[in-house]
Amino acid sequence: MFEHLDAVFLARVQFAFTVSFHFIFPAFSIGLASYLMVLEGLWLKTGRGVYANLYRYWLKIFAVGFGMGVVSGIVLSYQFGTNWSEFSHKAGPVIGPLMGYEVITAFFLEAGFLGVMLFGINKVGKRLHFFATCMVALGTFVSAFWILSVNSWMQTPAGFEINDQGQFIVGDSWWDVIFTASFPYRLVHTVTAAYLTTAFAVGGVGAWHLLRDRSNAGARKMFSMAMWMAVIVTPVQILAGDMHGLNTLEHQPVKVLAMEGDFDPSPDGAPLILFGFPDEEAAKVHYKVAIPKLGSLILKHDPNAPLPGLTDFPREEWPPVAVVFWSFRVMVAIGFAMLALGIWSLIARRRKRLYVSRSLHRAAVCMGPAGFVAVIAGWITTEVGRQPYTVYGLMRTVDSASPLDAPAVAASLIAFIVVYSAIFGMGIFYLLRLMAHPPSRGESGPDKVPTYAAGITPASSLAPATSDHEGGTHGKS
Amino acid sequence: MESLDLPLIWAGLICFSVFAYVVLDGFDLGVGILSPVLAPGQERDQAINSIAPFWDGNETWLVMGGGGLLAVFPLAYSIILPATYPLMIAMLLGLVFRGAAFEFRWRDPAHQPLWDLVITVGSTVAALAQGITIGAILQGIEVENNAYAGGWLDWLSPFSVLTGIAVVIGYALLGATWLIRKTEGGCQRHAHRLAYGLGIATVGALVAVSLATPFLSNEYWRRWFEMPQVLLTAQVPLLVIICTGVFFWSLKKGHELLPFLMALALFLLGFIGLCISIFPNMIPPSITLWEAAAPRDSQLFLLVGAVFIIPVILGYTGWAYWVFRGKVGTEGYH
Repeated sequence: MFEHLDAVFLARVQFAFTVSFHFIFPAFSIGLASYLMVLEGLWLKTGRGVYANLYRYWLKIFAVGFGMGVVSGIVLSYQFGTNWSEFSHKAGPVIGPLMGYEVITAFFLEAGFLGVMLFGINKVGKRLHFFATCMVALGTFVSAFWILSVNSWMQTPAGFEINDQGQFIVGDSWWDVIFTASFPYRLVHTVTAAYLTTAFAVGGVGAWHLLRDRSNAGARKMFSMAMWMAVIVTPVQILAGDMHGLNTLEHQPVKVLAMEGDFDPSPDGAPLILFGFPDEEAAKVHYKVAIPKLGSLILKHDPNAPLPGLTDFPREEWPPVAVVFWSFRVMVAIGFAMLALGIWSLIARRRKRLYVSRSLHRAAVCMGPAGFVAVIAGWITTEVGRQPYTVYGLMRTVDSASPLDAPAVAASLIAFIVVYSAIFGMGIFYLLRLMAHPPSRGESGPDKVPTYAAGITPASSLAPATSDHEGGTHGKS
Repeated sequence: MESLDLPLIWAGLICFSVFAYVVLDGFDLGVGILSPVLAPGQERDQAINSIAPFWDGNETWLVMGGGGLLAVFPLAYSIILPATYPLMIAMLLGLVFRGAAFEFRWRDPAHQPLWDLVITVGSTVAALAQGITIGAILQGIEVENNAYAGGWLDWLSPFSVLTGIAVVIGYALLGATWLIRKTEGGCQRHAHRLAYGLGIATVGALVAVSLATPFLSNEYWRRWFEMPQVLLTAQVPLLVIICTGVFFWSLKKGHELLPFLMALALFLLGFIGLCISIFPNMIPPSITLWEAAAPRDSQLFLLVGAVFIIPVILGYTGWAYWVFRGKVGTEGYH
């Protein structure tokens, strides 16, 4: 292992570490921003206090999660330069403008309206405040659009030429750069994953409070909404994942073969390996449990369709097989567990046991963090599967790094691990503590002391909207 | 369109982003730097409250500076960041600490002193790293074959440490004058007292950096002191003197907004001085902004968006500031 501890390997570990930590927060805030938008919209439409209370409840959690997403994201926008300067120099002319568009169309939108969303309901009135919430939600989606466009270009590069300095430059049209072959599939799959992640987190919190008090109106409402998401969106996500997989087979067959663990070619249809221990050295999977022909049925929709194997490709083109093999299985297993919970909740709902079944609630609590694990596992699958390239097939990872000495990279890696563990560890602790509080009728905004006695009911919320007096939503004493 | 000097336009836009960042995050970093001298409780809460709705948006300009540089000057991005590697890491970690602590100090009142300390340390480290980076760029970066060719501590010199300290002091001044504007009572009086000392220190630091810069290289010397350009460059110190005068006068008269504006003007003049020194280089001593520029297509593509979208950004950012106008109480915004 130690012979790999060069500056490039350390830089890869550092990027994987910081991006994984970062990804947890946007995956949550993309979904949560939309959920808040729905809650506030329902509140405005129906005037029911339960929606306003839930809005305030989740807004406090959103504030903490979003703040951590911002600070961990700033790190990434500079890490391309600090650790991957060759990549930045060569690919910057193509991916840089896309990331520039992310900043000007998404980050400013989110940040500009966030202050009003968090602290401004008594200053701007309900409709304008709802508009601010919508803008923040839109910003999170637009951000996902651009950054996944960049990522997709790195996976399935297109629309470029190479100039005399060896830089990638745009070819005929930016359209071809932005909308590469894998982009639509990746966008749908990733954004849906973010929605599911949030839905299961919300469902887990709701279930936790139902286990304590099944009459809590806020807990019932959030659990019900989350379980609808689980039953409706999970099948869509599994379908989207399947289509994404087919797309990957077309453009990055080596990645799919590593995910499947298919070392040997399968001329008469590939099996589906459920479990096993991939051994890259020996080019085989030990102790494997496989279902014959099912692999080809899934990937080619024909049980007898031939599939190549990794051994058809030179070894220097292989990604780290075991990592991709396992992370893929983790993601898929969670996906089906989510589907199972969704179906279970539907049955319970039909039998009028949705708010009663303790075993369902316990299962939902266990599945609360599942989305985060699945998202990270999926990210590892696609990113490690892209190795040994940064720009797939064109620019190798070893040629992408900065001219840095290993000690510099090692020192900064250790600093990141220590600081992130401390700061984001505390952050997650605070988030969990906020979630451990049951949603109450007089839910306060993102502040410490609720100065409203009555909480935010439609009647009491009208008063602060029309006058400029001191209110509880923004008080931070 | 063919006649547009895109690299020059983009250099101007990047300068604008960097300055917008300095203006905006400068005061909130400054409030962070000053927070230990503010009394815990009301005074400090008021100060931190005054920046709570804004700091996210302010830091977006830093992302804009980094992302923009990658997009339109990838060569500069890929040289400056490895050259200032430890500084960048320190700055980023400082901002992580600080941003998280803003949220945590309200979530966890029992440990508020700890989180306030984290805000101070994070703000100071970030400001110091930014200032040292400016010094490191001014003193020149070693480049071979379009890549950074120096060691990982080349940025460290007495000059860069001086610019680092200057920026910390300057941000603290911005923070103090912001508090004069946004707070009242004890906090405002305290900020008012601090602003005097910080004003003197900032001008002193500005003079020290200005005097040291021409000694870094012959080119800077010629740029500033030879005829005929001295007629132009001499306006900068002249304006500094005027702004300094207005600053202390307005402070004495008890103006609330003017000291902040004058502190910003001093920053702007320092920034203009920096641009005069470096132009037309992107990375002194050898890489010009035209050499560092991305291909024309890349610059044009992003420019089209920037021209339309940046005014909109300024519009809604201004709106957010307007929503939270006026004094901040200890309870939040009135």
